[in-house]
Amino acid sequence: MNLDLILGILQIVLIATTPLVFAGIGELVTEKSGVLNLGVEGMMLVGAVSAFIILVITGSYFLAFFLSILSGIIMSGLFAFLVLFLMSNQIATGLALTIFGIGLSSMLGKQYIGTPIDGLSPWFFVIFSFLIVFLVSYFFYKTKAGLILRAVGESHNSAHALGYSVIKIRFLSIIFGGSMCALAGSYISICYAPMWQEGMTAGRGWIALALVVFATWKPERVLIGAYIFGGVTILQMNLQALGLRFPGQFFSMAPYVATIIVLVLISSNKLRIKLSAPASLTIPFYKGR
Amino acid sequence: MIRIITFLSTFLVFAFGSAYADPKKVGFIYIGPPGDHGWTYMHDVGRKYMESQLGDSITTTYLENIPENADAVRAIRKLADSGHDLIFTTSFNYMDQTHEVAKDFPDIKFEHATGYIQADNVATYSARFYEGRMIEGHIAGHMTETNTIGYIASFPIPEVVRGINAFYLAASKVNPDIKMKIIWVFTWYDPGKEADAANTLINQGADIIVQHTDTYAPCQAAQKAGVYAFGQASNQEEFCPDAHLTSIEDIWGPYYAERAKAVVDGTWSSGDTWDGMDKGMVVMSPYNTKLMPASLIQEAVNMEVGIKDGTIHPFTGPIYNQAGELVVPEGEVAPDGMLLGMNFYVQGIDGEVPQ
Repeated sequence: MNLDLILGILQIVLIATTPLVFAGIGELVTEKSGVLNLGVEGMMLVGAVSAFIILVITGSYFLAFFLSILSGIIMSGLFAFLVLFLMSNQIATGLALTIFGIGLSSMLGKQYIGTPIDGLSPWFFVIFSFLIVFLVSYFFYKTKAGLILRAVGESHNSAHALGYSVIKIRFLSIIFGGSMCALAGSYISICYAPMWQEGMTAGRGWIALALVVFATWKPERVLIGAYIFGGVTILQMNLQALGLRFPGQFFSMAPYVATIIVLVLISSNKLRIKLSAPASLTIPFYKGR
Repeated sequence: MIRIITFLSTFLVFAFGSAYADPKKVGFIYIGPPGDHGWTYMHDVGRKYMESQLGDSITTTYLENIPENADAVRAIRKLADSGHDLIFTTSFNYMDQTHEVAKDFPDIKFEHATGYIQADNVATYSARFYEGRMIEGHIAGHMTETNTIGYIASFPIPEVVRGINAFYLAASKVNPDIKMKIIWVFTWYDPGKEADAANTLINQGADIIVQHTDTYAPCQAAQKAGVYAFGQASNQEEFCPDAHLTSIEDIWGPYYAERAKAVVDGTWSSGDTWDGMDKGMVVMSPYNTKLMPASLIQEAVNMEVGIKDGTIHPFTGPIYNQAGELVVPEGEVAPDGMLLGMNFYVQGIDGEVPQ
């Protein structure tokens, strides 16, 4: 083991983990406000395909990321409209959003498959992903607005009684989650593996969802969890390439197993559940009750 | 009377007209999207070739992104239920699912790609990709400077293991110091993970990347890092022109056309087809003249000729397994049975095949 090798591994881990951080932190904010959006994978794919198409058409990286985030806002806005105003079931709507996103991205991207593009250096986004985690953390625990957002997620009726607009706050949280997911998607199709392929996020949206639970709804732990998940994958690749005997299959399921273990741990004690999960998660808010 | 004639003529037109015009329905189950520019893409190219050859006598359908689990049963059954006459299931791990559905539909013909179990209405077919792997290995043995080859493998099935062995045997013949670094990614299709694996191998000193997964992400990663790569399944030169040495192309079209024609003519029978370069089922993409010396290209072309006329076989003895046991004696070639079930590395490759 020499320094170059270790630095190289570190680089690959950073590049591979960044989309998990973006999607995870976005979903965390959404869930903190009391809404569970299972549409992460779908929003990531639509974000990835929009960024790719815009880049091919305009050649501008800025426009690609900008409009991709806009697509995330539209997708999550649709979700927000359904669950906040039409009171549809969050779980069913989120799943539908993922299925819709998979189909929509395939349809939009059909003629762009195999179009070569020049990838963008990932380092700006890697740094930005750290920054955004600390900003979210600061927002949650050091600002009044963050406190209100958390209050809405814990007890929307109390927050409503105090005069805060539950719907508006949840809407903004969902939109933030959507734009982060789209950013994660566009990072994948433009920096990480510069191409468009149907379903190219390959389940990272689900890992991001698992990550939020794994992190027990704490921003810094999303970052730590993402790097554990991402690091383990890259580490086992390195061990394989060094010729060590290693069960690669095990590491493909490791994130999910870890999440189940965390779920079991936090649900083994009622107090722990109260301390971790936002109390109003998935519960719809009816004004005037 | 007129009414009877009208009735009769309508009946006749219906009966015979439909017998003539009724095209046979051919269905495909794809593991990925046809746009992967790899495995599924080439099956889709084959499907289109078949359509162009048989014209109006067939119609084709495909279902894409079908996972290799119980979902595949549903997908295959859906094609069977909707009146398809011939169904191609184009991935190894559709094996049990294909047979499960085939049992319930004895009149429908099934063709399972890269499988090894046949039934009265299930034929199997595959291409001898390992012939191409041999040529890639030979080229890699000459081109590598670090004597380290990075190999991205998908799932530990005989098809993939055979490719690794064929590659290594040829590479170590021209360059006995060669080392193979193998990463099993346990997916056919995940551009991000494939790129991670390629970068990991390059980081560990590999200067040639070989892949047995479906997207061109590894080739792109090689291009970025300034090392060489072999593409997979289709010609991937346009995505990584400064890295791409050649690709093994899977040419399914003529086989598909032949089998569909047999169904149209009513002469289809089950069997096992395993064709290689001699029948044009395996083709090498144009060798990269910018990167490879002319003499090496000539050697590769000569090898193609030798493989086609049978004078060269990638698994010619003596071949030893990792334990040092002689598995193919000197002067003999490995029998197809051994190749089809190959689940061991040959001597010289480190590590072991994941179980």
